[in-house]
Amino acid sequence: MMSELSLIVLLPLLAAVGAAAMPRSAGLWGLGATVVTAALAVSLALGLMNGGGRMVAISGMAAPLGIRFVADGLSVLMVLMTSSVSIAVALQASSWGVWPNRVVPERAASLRAGFWPLWLATMAAMNALFLSGDLFNIYVAFEILGLTAVGLTALSGTPAALRASFDYLSAGLVGSLLLLLGVAMAYSAIGRVDIAAVPVLSDLVSGRIALGLIVAGLAVKAALFPLHFWMPAAHSSATPVASALLSALVVKAAIYVILRLSIESGDAMGSLRLALALMGTCAMFWGAYGAIRATRLKLLVAHSTVAQVGLIVMAIAVSGETAQHAGFWQAAALLMVSHALAKAAMFIAVGRIAEELGHDRISGLNRDELRPAAAEFAFGIAAVSLIGLPPTAGFIGKWMLIDGLIERDAWIWVALVLTGTAMTAAYLSRVVSRFLRGGPHISARAEQPAWRIGDLAALGLATVALLLGLASAMPLALLEVTVL
Amino acid sequence: MTPDFIYIFAGAGLVGLAMYRLATRRDMLLRVLALNFLAIGVAMILQASAFGETLTDAVPQAFVLTGIVVLVGVTAALLALAEQIDGHDDE
Repeated sequence: MMSELSLIVLLPLLAAVGAAAMPRSAGLWGLGATVVTAALAVSLALGLMNGGGRMVAISGMAAPLGIRFVADGLSVLMVLMTSSVSIAVALQASSWGVWPNRVVPERAASLRAGFWPLWLATMAAMNALFLSGDLFNIYVAFEILGLTAVGLTALSGTPAALRASFDYLSAGLVGSLLLLLGVAMAYSAIGRVDIAAVPVLSDLVSGRIALGLIVAGLAVKAALFPLHFWMPAAHSSATPVASALLSALVVKAAIYVILRLSIESGDAMGSLRLALALMGTCAMFWGAYGAIRATRLKLLVAHSTVAQVGLIVMAIAVSGETAQHAGFWQAAALLMVSHALAKAAMFIAVGRIAEELGHDRISGLNRDELRPAAAEFAFGIAAVSLIGLPPTAGFIGKWMLIDGLIERDAWIWVALVLTGTAMTAAYLSRVVSRFLRGGPHISARAEQPAWRIGDLAALGLATVALLLGLASAMPLALLEVTVL
Repeated sequence: MTPDFIYIFAGAGLVGLAMYRLATRRDMLLRVLALNFLAIGVAMILQASAFGETLTDAVPQAFVLTGIVVLVGVTAALLALAEQIDGHDDE
């Protein structure tokens, strides 16, 4: 039986084939599939709010060996996050031309023909991953995701991007193999690989080794310190839309699986949790340090992703007994969504700024004669959300996290989160202060470039990140929905 | 020393050697080879875990098969990337 659950994966995949087969109308395929998938995601979320979680066994085969899609609040929130970011990115990518009979520059045509199939397949893989009910399907989804994400990185074709893609793909393969080894060990320990079996795994020694291997593989894919070595180069050398997708969404796939395992296993992953919390903390500081030292804007934003991934993983790891402290993992989920929106807005804005100024050196941002004000404004709002100032969703997420930590008297972690926040503010104000510098005396000469669709996309995403804080009751209510 | 232990230790040894090479070498072809060795090592461990008293469990073998398909694809993509990078270096 076809349902939203299977369509939401199948549709982008079919559209990817269509876009690859008809490169001239790739833009049409892409925009159409993005809009329809987003509509499906919204209808899925509405259905969930009214009728509770859902489960579909593909081709009628039940667990433990069948393929099962599970839609609960967390996975549907992730699907919604993917859809919102992809609408904005689709807007920006439509500047490469949509209509097949319109003549576009050769460079735009080749980017368009490459981008849409790769991105649609990535979208399908991400949705499949969020909805998968077993570990082996998650592995398969990661393989599709890994290959298409590398394609997106290499799209710009510059030597730096190609080299970064090579490192990305080889690191990704190592992560996948660790994941596969872990999944197979889980199977040999308990004879099943569905996610519901994770609590059984965490009671056995061999099961804990399997979980450790799976988490190690995920840490490579999520670019968690010290396994983040491949990431800043890959995210900063790709084209802006690809960077936005890689940084906002693709790393979230691995974080989502870590979160899912953490929720399912409850209190059992003791030492693994500690390791994750330490790695997250180190990532938070190392990423912030890299961002403070960065000389180029794209590199600063990429390093900031390392830091934010660290914060989210730390929030997941300290959650401990999830039954009593549901607030922790909901905070982590909210931080994931808010980071996705803000980081995508930021990368698109940076792309627009670099396009107007012709460079992305931070020291050259406060030139008087040219001010891409719309993109700078979008960057500023996104920065507010990333730092976690009210009223953004980032603020709500951090508030819930710190509130839970204080309740548990975990003052060390409170201090670490706040220090990380201060460092985020420090590196982002390096950029924002340059945008604000210069008073009315320069405005006479300053030239403001015309609005482009990319400015709209960046501003839209940043505004959603800002408003989601005011409407955070909605995602939190969605997160409460479980499959009975 | 039963055959499955030989397989597991040989597989683990391959994984270790491949990881060492990946961490220490920058040469692209060597790294592609090391990744292939890593995958073969993992496959050997998985195969050995499927050995039973009388019957061999088919599910780990299916895992290995998926892994092989992925490995072929990724190796091809890596070699294509390496060739492109070389082309840029020659210019």
